[in-house]
Amino acid sequence: MGQDVVDAALEQMECVYARPDTLTDTRFHYCPGCGHSVVHRVIMEVVQEAGIREQTIGVAPVGCSVFAYNYMDVDMQEAAHGRASAVATGIKRVLPDRFVFSYQGDGDLAAIGTAETIHTCNRGENILMVFVNNAIYGMTGGQMAPTTLLGMKTSTSPAGRTVETAGFPLKITEMVAMLPGTYYVTRQSVHTPNAVRQLKKAITKSFQYQKERKGTCFIEVVSNCPSGWKMTPVQSNAWLVENMFPLYPPGDIKAPK
Amino acid sequence: MAKGTVVFDIENCKGCELCIEACPQDSLELSPRINAQGYHYVVLVKDNCTGCTNCALVCPDAVITVYREKKKTRVPVARISGVTQNITVTIDEEGKPS
Ligand SMILES: Cc1ncc(C[n+]2csc(CCOP(=O)(O)OP(=O)(O)O)c2C)c(N)n1
Ligand code: SF4
Ligand code: SF4
Ligand code: SF4
Repeated sequence: MGQDVVDAALEQMECVYARPDTLTDTRFHYCPGCGHSVVHRVIMEVVQEAGIREQTIGVAPVGCSVFAYNYMDVDMQEAAHGRASAVATGIKRVLPDRFVFSYQGDGDLAAIGTAETIHTCNRGENILMVFVNNAIYGMTGGQMAPTTLLGMKTSTSPAGRTVETAGFPLKITEMVAMLPGTYYVTRQSVHTPNAVRQLKKAITKSFQYQKERKGTCFIEVVSNCPSGWKMTPVQSNAWLVENMFPLYPPGDIKAPK
Repeated sequence: MAKGTVVFDIENCKGCELCIEACPQDSLELSPRINAQGYHYVVLVKDNCTGCTNCALVCPDAVITVYREKKKTRVPVARISGVTQNITVTIDEEGKPS
């Protein structure tokens, strides 16, 4: 088919989905099928649709999403490993009319950054924390994380995680939900089209609550790491449903009435 | 069902196949060809796309644009009022009451 034929055919049609302008044109560096860039895109769709691009500031972590600022075309700040919510706290306090979010993996938020996470939530900082839980340290070569499942093989638990040596998987999202400072705590995923739609609603609500100064909104996204898990992307999503959801079930953990 | 189509930025596709998995119409396949990154990219292989956007929603590389046929605006062909009894109205092919 010639380009003119395609153009003529498309003229009869309307565009119902396009990459948001709030993403840069830069090609994502993530492995094929990685959930990180879906989460980036959905945050940016919400920013675009809410028309808050100029008022939004994101804080990027250390981990595979360390280059998040290359993709999300809003003001961004890089934080030291684990400290994204502390940096976001500072930004929000100085610029209270901005929409501020932190973006962190499980190694970042639930290991080295545990103290910052808990105290940010306990202070009820008026920010959105996005927490991408792939149960592994993706960036550094698939080491065990606090969120790694029991029995799960990683490069530092080659025979599978055991309680005896590494304790239990940390359900930090349930923990922060217990703190009075959090207003909205939910667990989402991006493994199906409907899950992506649900995540988008959760992010939209969180920015609305931030506008109303309600306190900390915390969204866990149960995600995949095809490379670290040593699976194809399609296999990794099936594995996620079968193995991650029993321990990390999707749904609201703390939702305002 | 609505008629739709999808356009891929094939150079940025990584052949992860998540869109293929998400398509309810089985409209997508990996091409036997590869792009400059070395990945087999996705192509639309059937004329049954409904423009549901499922593939684009799960695409980690945001390379899918989805189009759907514009909704046809319906123009009334006849107006009937003041009916007190059952009547029969037939409309010919050109949409004129006959
Ligand atoms: C202070 C410090 N300690 C350790 C590291 C090494 N390091 C880099 S990323 C990372 C963990 C990343 O895992 P996670 O937050 O789960 O993100 P993912 O890569 O899985 O998205 C670690 C330990 C570092 N960069 N800085
Ligand atoms: S290592 Fe894992 S988390 Fe990192 S980009 Fe690859 S798939 Fe994604
Ligand atoms: S828009 Fe829907 S039907 Fe069309 S290719 Fe994508 S998933 Fe399949
Ligand atoms: S989901 Fe996107 S990147 Fe993956 S194969 Fe389909 S078009 Fe390519």
